[in-house]
Amino acid sequence: MKKYVKDLMVKAVEFPHDLYVLLKLTDSEPLPESLPGQFVEVKVENSPNTFLRRPISINYVDRERNELWLLIKKIGEGTHQLAQLKVGDKLNLVFPLGNGFSSVQKAGEKVLLVGGGVGVAPMLDYGKYLKENGAQPVFLLGARTKADLLEQDLFKSVAPVYVTTEDGSEGEKGFVTQHSLLQAEKFDRISVCGPKPMMVSVARYAKATSTPCEVSLENMMACGIGACLCCVEKTVKGNVCVCTEGPVFDVNDLTWEV
Amino acid sequence: MADLTTRIAGLTMKNPVMTASGTFGYGVEFADFVNLEEIGGIIVKGTTLNPREGNDYPRMAETASGMLNCVGLQNKGVEYFCNHIYPEIKDIKTNMIVNVSGSSPEDYAACAARIDALDNIPAIELNISCPNVKQGGMAFGVTADGAAQVVKAVREAYHKTLIVKLSPNVTSIADIARSVEDAGADAVSLINTLMGMAIDIERRKPLLSIATGGLSGPAVKPVAIRCVWQVVKAVSIPIVGLGGIMNAHDAIEFFLAGASAIEIGTANFVDPAVTVKVANGISEWLDQHGCASVNDIIGQLDA
Repeated sequence: MKKYVKDLMVKAVEFPHDLYVLLKLTDSEPLPESLPGQFVEVKVENSPNTFLRRPISINYVDRERNELWLLIKKIGEGTHQLAQLKVGDKLNLVFPLGNGFSSVQKAGEKVLLVGGGVGVAPMLDYGKYLKENGAQPVFLLGARTKADLLEQDLFKSVAPVYVTTEDGSEGEKGFVTQHSLLQAEKFDRISVCGPKPMMVSVARYAKATSTPCEVSLENMMACGIGACLCCVEKTVKGNVCVCTEGPVFDVNDLTWEV
Repeated sequence: MADLTTRIAGLTMKNPVMTASGTFGYGVEFADFVNLEEIGGIIVKGTTLNPREGNDYPRMAETASGMLNCVGLQNKGVEYFCNHIYPEIKDIKTNMIVNVSGSSPEDYAACAARIDALDNIPAIELNISCPNVKQGGMAFGVTADGAAQVVKAVREAYHKTLIVKLSPNVTSIADIARSVEDAGADAVSLINTLMGMAIDIERRKPLLSIATGGLSGPAVKPVAIRCVWQVVKAVSIPIVGLGGIMNAHDAIEFFLAGASAIEIGTANFVDPAVTVKVANGISEWLDQHGCASVNDIIGQLDA
């Protein structure tokens, strides 16, 4: 898939939460093709301590409106600066990068999409893709508290949504792997993106139930295109670049203790 | 339009812009962003006699105006390069150069000899300055005798253009440069990364898996220019300058200090199309300043 380095225009800036910004980007020509689960490398201007680009997963692609959405958690100086962008500003992207989630394996397959924290971002685009291509996605989203749940209306417009919160303020109380859904239903496969402990516990559930499971990693990156070899993950094939061989891996290919 | 043609010993380059090893993969990773044939030379990822897994993650830490890395020469070895990568890159019409590393004079020489047999690789860059592997690399590059030992062994095994990449982590880079010139180097490139370190203050741990790493990016540029300026006065072989070059202005500083060509490294991570932009920028600057050729400014520092 061809990669581009391109200035996109900021069409909308939304703040779904104190800690997050949602950037809706567009271009004068149709946006390049991208796969759900791929990411972009964003150049952060006016941020003297942000030398490298920032890898951000693609949250949603709206072909009709020619929009690409980035849901960004404000963590350091660079991501805080991205939250200062205004409608009409330009943002330079290298994209689309990485392999993306698996395509539909068989018609009607039930796919559980698990997201936690900012890891929910790529699941929206993936869920939409699965639904449009004859699969049955189900979302299971985890957050600390009700206020930390993001884009709930959008998720619900795509597929059934199940929620856990650590304080019980929405959905079931606890972690995603404690949700009763996992006991009640069987899935053909699972995709998960979130904090590593969450991904590990989902991978354990997958192993215990013999369900194929893929995880999306967020190792620190420099180039994003397989040149610098900085973002490597240990796999059964040795060290591989998360930016090109991933960010999505079959959990059996990793060396995690599951 | 100014003539950008430059020569590094036996190499003729259409322009003086090369890519620094370890920052440009094997070139093909950047083919969507730049026309590789508009780059004067592509120095591919460091290659060793035997495969290397490299160091553990994390291998990178961003720092003020730059980054630290401790990749540790991850590569699949020279046989894999010859059989699987060379066929993919041999028809790219520019100087495709292999960076060679090792842990003894013998395996440097064996690796170089294997590459000598490849028709479309006109030069190697000998890495005697990698700060991220325990044996070899910098262990040789930090003494004049160690550097000469490796270069002599490789010189006997390798018959094309031999560029030797020098470490700035030394007392006198001019002494090392003289030593590798005497041992048979056709050119020197400098600088490799500066050894550095960064700390996670909450966890009280180094940010890199092996604690130390190599610093690159604009932060090191003044050190690199100083090194080029000192080495120019010490040797008569051509110098390839690198260290923190982000744009044509930076490149021209290196030419004035005495570099006959430059390498672009970390900037490729920020802008994958930067190489050709720098080549075009050099051309424009030369035109604006009435210079017919890039050779008109090499070493023309008024100091």
